Amino acid sequence: MSPLDLLVAVPLCCMAAALLLGRAARGLILLAAPLMAGLALWLALLPPDAAYLVGQWELPLGILLRADGVARLMILATALVIGAVGLHALVEPPEKPGHAAQAETFWPLVYLLWAGANAGFLTTDLFNLYVTLEMVSLAAVALAAMGSLAAALRYFMIALLGSLAYLLGVALIVARYDTVDVTLLAQLAEPDLATLMALGLMTAGLLIKAALFPMHGWLPPAHAAAPAPASALLSAIAVKLGFVILVRLWFEAFPAITGPAALQVLGGLGAAAVLYGSVQAMRQDRLKALVAYSTVAQVGYLFLAFPLVAGAIDPGDAWAGMTLQAVAHMLAKAAMFLAAGLMLKAAAGERIADLGGLAQAMPLTVTAFGLAAVSLMGLPPSGGFTAKFLLLTAAIEQGAYLYAGVLILGGLLAAVYLFGALAACFAPATTPRTPVTGGLRTAAPLALAGLAIVMGFGGTALVELSAIAAPWAGPALILPEPAP
Amino acid sequence: MMTFAPLALILLPLAAAVVSFALPERLSAWRNAANLGVACVKLVVVTYLLMQAEAGLVFEWRYEFLPGHDFVLRLDPLALLFVTLSVFLWLLTTIYAIAYFDRGPNLPRFFGFFNLCVLAATGVAMSGTAITFFLFYELLTLATWPLVAHKGDEKSLRAGRIYLTYTLAGSVAFLAGILWLQSLVGPIEFATPPDLAGVPALTLTLIFILCIGGLGVKAAIFPFHGWLPEAMAAPAPVSALLHAVAVVKAGAFGIVRMIYDVYGIGTVAELGLGVPLAALASVTILYGSVRALMQSDLKKRLAYSTVSQVSYIVLGASLIGPFAVIGGLVHLVHQGIMKITLFMCAGALANRMGIKAIADLDGAGRQMPVTMAAFSVGALGMIGMPPVAGFISKWYLGIGALQSDAAWVVAVLAGSSLLNAAYFLPLLYRAWLLPPPADRPAIRELATTRDRMLILPAALTALVSLGAGIFASLPFSPLGWATLIAEGGYLR
Repeated sequence: MSPLDLLVAVPLCCMAAALLLGRAARGLILLAAPLMAGLALWLALLPPDAAYLVGQWELPLGILLRADGVARLMILATALVIGAVGLHALVEPPEKPGHAAQAETFWPLVYLLWAGANAGFLTTDLFNLYVTLEMVSLAAVALAAMGSLAAALRYFMIALLGSLAYLLGVALIVARYDTVDVTLLAQLAEPDLATLMALGLMTAGLLIKAALFPMHGWLPPAHAAAPAPASALLSAIAVKLGFVILVRLWFEAFPAITGPAALQVLGGLGAAAVLYGSVQAMRQDRLKALVAYSTVAQVGYLFLAFPLVAGAIDPGDAWAGMTLQAVAHMLAKAAMFLAAGLMLKAAAGERIADLGGLAQAMPLTVTAFGLAAVSLMGLPPSGGFTAKFLLLTAAIEQGAYLYAGVLILGGLLAAVYLFGALAACFAPATTPRTPVTGGLRTAAPLALAGLAIVMGFGGTALVELSAIAAPWAGPALILPEPAP
Repeated sequence: MMTFAPLALILLPLAAAVVSFALPERLSAWRNAANLGVACVKLVVVTYLLMQAEAGLVFEWRYEFLPGHDFVLRLDPLALLFVTLSVFLWLLTTIYAIAYFDRGPNLPRFFGFFNLCVLAATGVAMSGTAITFFLFYELLTLATWPLVAHKGDEKSLRAGRIYLTYTLAGSVAFLAGILWLQSLVGPIEFATPPDLAGVPALTLTLIFILCIGGLGVKAAIFPFHGWLPEAMAAPAPVSALLHAVAVVKAGAFGIVRMIYDVYGIGTVAELGLGVPLAALASVTILYGSVRALMQSDLKKRLAYSTVSQVSYIVLGASLIGPFAVIGGLVHLVHQGIMKITLFMCAGALANRMGIKAIADLDGAGRQMPVTMAAFSVGALGMIGMPPVAGFISKWYLGIGALQSDAAWVVAVLAGSSLLNAAYFLPLLYRAWLLPPPADRPAIRELATTRDRMLILPAALTALVSLGAGIFASLPFSPLGWATLIAEGGYLR
């Protein structure tokens, strides 16, 4: 067993242990967080040519786990986010008053999500990807159910539809090519009807999971109603797996048959998501709904990047911009949900107007919210800025002024709604506030937001990391000879 | 060690910011000590660097923050002009702020962001590439917002909102401009201006408009000046800082960099962009003065005066002649020390005697003679009366205008000076010659609660404004340094 397998095995073991231990399971995170962070760091620091590790069996039979740049970055960010959210949940149990049992169900779900996400980032097998997608969806629906059963049910129905569409696509691919491996498909794919239908079905299913406009409807109610740590995981991680699988499909398996028109449709939807999500976020008067709609907008940037990656002569910048946008959003959004959760516990109500006085009462938490906001707005120095700067440079170089305009306008709109929420914290309080602060509670969002800012200083290293074994860098995988 | 000098100038205020944020209010003495200590250390470092720079040494620190994009801190003479101004005035503003607030709420936050502002302004000055400049320019926006909104009342929050609306829109225009230019000519380094020969004139003009428009928001050029009078809702030390050193100067400084270190005077002249910009600056100068005349609130009048005065820098830069450049650059410093004097005095008057409206100034000179004397020096300097520093600026600008065949600028300068006199002299008349109202505390009463640290910084900057005028011919005077800059690069 290689350490790569451990990235999936450890969370699975933790899940089993958490199920057995019941209430005592919460302490497990103290062990899992550093262990997983260490593993993820080890993975990120592996030499670039060590992207293909687990090959006891030869292709096309073997399961290929592959640590390319995207996987390394996403796994590291996942480890940091779940670790921090978990430590936060240790002292601030995610339960509604009077529902103490909820906290018990939280922990197995966290580990299920962790295992599913890591496996999904690492694997290049379409069927394995389906399994991981289901693991993550299952965990996500259950986490959403901790807040609002109605929203979770809606999420469940839509997620089911997405899974079915994806599975149908995979079935078509198997029937047509007899393989489900992304790297093999890249060599075999032809633009015939079956392949196009398969790709269309898979893409539609995954767009639902990634909550790209106009398939985002399930997200805001589910993410806004869940307890803060659950919302953080949903917004940061659950929607990212759909995105990563789409990257695998569009840029690795079928780059030859995804035409520019199709890419423009994805990019256009992304641009629409940025604008629509931002405008909706501006119209919310409840804090968590605002943060949830901000996710709709931020997901838009990921898909806006698709035509920019495909259209670039040297896609390195756009590719890095896309990947880093995902990572920066994971860190910043998780921080923002955790901070928002603490702020709402101390505030008079759940509306933005109720936040008055919190800048005095909980300065560190408001700082965490502010730093996360800086990254989400794409202001320097932050990971969000680095990502948007790279995307903007790519857009201008390609003459894609519409996308450039959306990138700029999206940042401004984000500034409007996020500074609005921050300004509300500066307003005087009508009644004295009892701050909910201290220890890991405050440290977790602050650390995550700080990381989103620190990302802005390590641009070069992150760009290089994202380029490891990237599909545009040429056929990095020398396929083994077919077994006789 | 010396290549790290630029970095040290960034890290020192960062350390002070962290200490300020971290220390609770009951340890305010430690916080004050840290703030003052760091400001003094910075002053020593800068003095040393000035001597090195005079000998022709240019310190540079760079690292690749994104592939192909370098983060560059570079201490050329122009950078040092701005750095020296900010470091010197920051020390004084810190002293003043400590006295002004004494023990108010939220001071850890205030001093934390105050230091981040220093950091950003120093960074703006030392930026060696367009992207580095943008990073610090944006950081300045962010760090200033909590200071503007510091009081947290309806008025301050509104001012903060307006400030952000203007400055973020400006930053976006500026970013779009530099990215557009970079997509055509590659990364822009100020030390090695890009080769613009292959770029169409129309494109260059549009990019210039985007960049200058974006920078013009912070420099409060008409019609982008609206945020500045609103920002008067902020506490007095913040106003002093916004007006004299940080925000408006960052904008004006950026415009100088754009004209001289990105486009180069040749290209600007070729495209015919200098004269329209000079005209816009002139409009701002006159407009600001007229609006200042219409204000009845002391701080508002000073705010509109800033709108007017900062455009002298832009005017000097856009006229593209040796004397005009020197006049503009030297005004960067002169306006700073004179305007900070005026604002610190206005804050002291409000703090000690509750004077906010101009009508309340009657007899203030008899009760706070030192403050009003300093105020008078600043006001006379703004009018352009010799031997105060403001005279030197206007003299050089006037000669520069004649050199550049723009005699109309002399008329603008004269008209503006008349307007300046019209809105400053009545204040001095009221303060010195009219009797104080009966309900005002007597000078002896005031003396019992006197806080010298509220008055001394303004007195010192008033003396410096006098000194900068009287000793203008010495090599380390602002004029001497501006001449060095102009000779060093801008007259090539």
